[in-house]
Amino acid sequence: MSEEKWEPKIVAFVCNWCTYTGADLAGTSRLKYPTNVKLIRVMCSGGIDPVFILKAFERGADGILVSGCHPNDCHYNAGNFHARRRWEFFDELLKFLGIEEGRLQFSWVSASEGKKFVDVVTKVTNDVKAMGQFKAYKDLNDEFTAKFPEPVLNEKEIIMSEEDAK
Amino acid sequence: MEAILKVGYFPGCSQTGTAREYDISLRKVVENLGASFDEVKDWSCCGATSAHVTNHKLASALAMRNVMLAEQQGLDDMVAPCAACYNRLVSSQYEMKKHPEVKQEVESVLETKFQKDIKVMNLIELFMKIGLEKITENRKEELKSLNVACYYGCLLVRPAEITKFDDAEQPTSMEKLVELTGAKTVDWNSKVECCGAAHSIARRDIVVELSKKIIDDAKRHGANVMVVACPMCHTNLDMRQTIMKRVFPEYKEFPVLYLTELLGLALGMDEKELGIDLHTVKFNYNELAAEKATV
Amino acid sequence: MKIGVFICHCGENIGRTVDCPRVAKACEWLPGVEVSIDYKYMCSDPGQNMIKKEIIDKKLDAIVVGSCSPHMHEKTFRKAAVAAGINPFLVEITNLREHCSWVHDDIEAATEKAIEMVRMSVEKVKRDQPLTTIEVPVTKRTLVIGGGIAGIQAALDVANAGYEVVLVEKEPSIGGHMSQLSETFPTLDCSQCILTPRMVEVYQHPKIKLMTFSEVEKVDGFIGNFTVTIRNKARHIDEDKCTGCGLCITKCPIRKKAYNSFEENLAHRPAVYVPFPQAVPNIPVIDETVCTHYKNGKCGICVTVCGREAINFDQQDKLVTEEVGAIIMATGYKLYNIDKKPDDSIYKGYGEYGYGKYKDVVDGLQFERIASASGPTEGEFKRPSDGKEPKKIVFIQCVGSRDESKGFSYCSKICCMYTAKHAMLYKHKVHDGEAYVFYMDIRSGGKMYDEFVRRAIEEDGVKYIRGRVSKITEEDGKYIVKGEDTLAGMPITIEADMVVLATAMIAQPDASTLAQTVGIPYDKHGFFNEAHPKLRPIESTTGGVFLAGACQSPKDIPESVAMASAAAAKAMVLFGSDKLEREPVVAKVSADLCAGCFLCKKVCPYGAVEVREVKTRDGVVIKEIAYVNEGLCQGCGTCTASCPSKSVELAGFNNEEIFAQIAAL
Repeated sequence: MSEEKWEPKIVAFVCNWCTYTGADLAGTSRLKYPTNVKLIRVMCSGGIDPVFILKAFERGADGILVSGCHPNDCHYNAGNFHARRRWEFFDELLKFLGIEEGRLQFSWVSASEGKKFVDVVTKVTNDVKAMGQFKAYKDLNDEFTAKFPEPVLNEKEIIMSEEDAK
Repeated sequence: MEAILKVGYFPGCSQTGTAREYDISLRKVVENLGASFDEVKDWSCCGATSAHVTNHKLASALAMRNVMLAEQQGLDDMVAPCAACYNRLVSSQYEMKKHPEVKQEVESVLETKFQKDIKVMNLIELFMKIGLEKITENRKEELKSLNVACYYGCLLVRPAEITKFDDAEQPTSMEKLVELTGAKTVDWNSKVECCGAAHSIARRDIVVELSKKIIDDAKRHGANVMVVACPMCHTNLDMRQTIMKRVFPEYKEFPVLYLTELLGLALGMDEKELGIDLHTVKFNYNELAAEKATV
Repeated sequence: MKIGVFICHCGENIGRTVDCPRVAKACEWLPGVEVSIDYKYMCSDPGQNMIKKEIIDKKLDAIVVGSCSPHMHEKTFRKAAVAAGINPFLVEITNLREHCSWVHDDIEAATEKAIEMVRMSVEKVKRDQPLTTIEVPVTKRTLVIGGGIAGIQAALDVANAGYEVVLVEKEPSIGGHMSQLSETFPTLDCSQCILTPRMVEVYQHPKIKLMTFSEVEKVDGFIGNFTVTIRNKARHIDEDKCTGCGLCITKCPIRKKAYNSFEENLAHRPAVYVPFPQAVPNIPVIDETVCTHYKNGKCGICVTVCGREAINFDQQDKLVTEEVGAIIMATGYKLYNIDKKPDDSIYKGYGEYGYGKYKDVVDGLQFERIASASGPTEGEFKRPSDGKEPKKIVFIQCVGSRDESKGFSYCSKICCMYTAKHAMLYKHKVHDGEAYVFYMDIRSGGKMYDEFVRRAIEEDGVKYIRGRVSKITEEDGKYIVKGEDTLAGMPITIEADMVVLATAMIAQPDASTLAQTVGIPYDKHGFFNEAHPKLRPIESTTGGVFLAGACQSPKDIPESVAMASAAAAKAMVLFGSDKLEREPVVAKVSADLCAGCFLCKKVCPYGAVEVREVKTRDGVVIKEIAYVNEGLCQGCGTCTASCPSKSVELAGFNNEEIFAQIAAL
């Protein structure tokens, strides 16, 4: 293939106890899923801030999965209930903002559901693939950078700025 | 006066041929109970017996054509009194729901888009919808002399995950209905055994053997009449008794009625009106009652 | 900041699909990375030494290890880092095995993904803060939930080691299912004879607090520090006064209203009863649902006959609080009742076998009672319908088990063995009787197990038929069993006098509720989940909660006992030290930023957020802010997501760290 194929970037925010372990089980069972997804581990789905989602979209994610323990199965008893409410609301907000349904998906995957993790991840990837690239932020960014171009730093300067930041 | 309940009606081929009396009795009973039928216009084959084993998609499309017509006619539900029709229709609906690609294909063949989820009912569900209390209210005669063996056959309650209607192995819904007529029901073993079904023509030997087993079991458990809700079952169980008589000289005839005929009798109609005289094995309630009284 | 990146091949496990040298090479150029190398086995001694050496030589501040799941080797690498002088929380693990190499086939794509994953970890580790572990005290007491053989064994082991045990059992007596069994395979030991001494030992043990007829209502706290609320249900009999003489039982006029659940409903019991003669404790219970006194206030014969004035109709449930450091779950199993099921049940009934309709179609535990010398037939084989001795019995295995269409995918494991035992017991007593067993496979793995089944077939002449039964019907007191002999390739019909169904072992119906109370995960069948299927089969994923017996999956007695002893050992490991080290993953409030809205207090599942006043030097309160109690905080981070000003952060997972990971995508 001469033309470079676009592959969606998927970020999954997963809780440490259920979905992360479920993903481990998927690995241990040698199940296969697309490489598009990268996991970010948090302790509980209740601790996932909506800002993380926005940030991920801003940084070029095309689709996002949020996954925790099944209701009533939370390691922290109630964290996922808070998450569920929060996402219910946040999902509506995203829809209102015109972000297509399906860019952000939620699921419950327990530690014993390696197969389900694979199904969920594959579904999100396929859904997002069908939707195409997420451009809303990118267009904004392009518009912005066209007006205010970023200074080009060489490697040494990058390291220096990194260290300054520290 | 309360509004007349209108129900969609998909007769199916048997109702116009071998099971004419089923159609006659059904219409009479429904009318008597204060409901009326809206027959699906231009209905076609449901895809039973051979179509669904020959070509899966064709069979689904055939069945769904009738659902489509019902939808176009503005119906919300329809009754398929034949167990095979009922099974084909609900199975096709289930297939469509479960497999989007089947839905897509059927829709493209039929050039339609299904909007509604039309509820297809079997005979027992129909009476549940009309209201069981209507039967008790309108009952003219208590059929106390009858010991009824309710025969469900294979298609009325199965497969359980599709019909979601009664226990597939120990169903009891027909008994509840029959007991409203004042008749007694017997607990027997062959409620859902195979009658030989579509082998009726090609392998009469099988059908005779299987159907005789069912009838013998009903007799053994003290039944004096059997009630069915499927034209195919009726054909095998009623008509094939002529052969049974020929092969087994000591064989005693055993009346097999449609559920609607039994209800009709309880609602005060006579045998001729209900088409019971069209059966191979003759049945007359008063004669049977008199006979029973003398014994 | 100098970061070291170490990429492990894990032999072929990672190396096969991820080009590890290329990953290491690519990471060399990441800002802040001082050294990036790959090695065959990072967790091996040479691998760890290499990490240590690099840390010291290159003066690294933090490391990223690309290896297996952090749930596997995070501890190993943290230890190595500590040995080389860096804080253990400046170690990030990138899960290259479970989340990359094992789940992908395409080498190119997997390598690309691996590089991105390491990049994310590098960005995170730059923002990681050095943390110190938190020490918490340990309460050296154990709660054992369930008083079957597993619970009894676990309680005795812990107590014999000198630690206090609270044993909670929901039935009026301990003993569990084992006390119902007639004889046990493969030795044909009398079940009660070997069990009752242990029951008595529990009762008399000075270190064991036995709470029968009680249920766990609430569990608070965490490993080493649980607070448990237990409901002690009212027996309506004063436990201190009752001597267990049994006069009330013999005089109770209600004889036929309630079924005896110990006899698996094959017999009746009075309104006041002990489940079985050897019950421990031997104190009766009054069943409110059938007792005449609770209907109309009359009767009271038991009050008259009791010489000790122990009957107390007004007794109420008591709530008892216990402090424990470890919890052992030993709640056991139930047999699947194959009766007609409601539509919403995930399990489907077996209408074709007529269970519940035909009296002589019984399940395995019912047959145990019929075979038991102390059972309703006093050990004689009599069928329930007419009390006649059955001359032909058909046993059907795998009723439910391994039948996905009925909702079960698993093998119940013990049925092959107990069916062989049933058939054998029957043949030993009814010499002219015939026993048929329908089976799918015979699974008799275990010491002397297969020999036992062979003995049933060869010495006792039990007829094994490989195939399923399609239907059972009744004709004139005979049960017509229609099945298929798949080895002969033909249908088979047996006229039996009795049918025994080896129904599936399922989790207790309230297992999932209890799991939620205790805070441990369970699978879709309601069995509790172990922390690791191979290497941590005794622990649940919740620290300090251990599993024993059939509550984890179907098990026989020796396995349950072994698991119970293992769970006891695990609890004692916990008690080996006075203080526990806990991960410092807790929330912290920034006093400067906090505006005192206390949203965090509302969402905290542990009540760990407290209100603290900020005062001036003169003691004037300026504002109220939130404060997180480190001892109570479990580190879920729900507060961080709800904080509007982002003034509460979870150590090790703070916003900056997560943002860095997102930015590195």
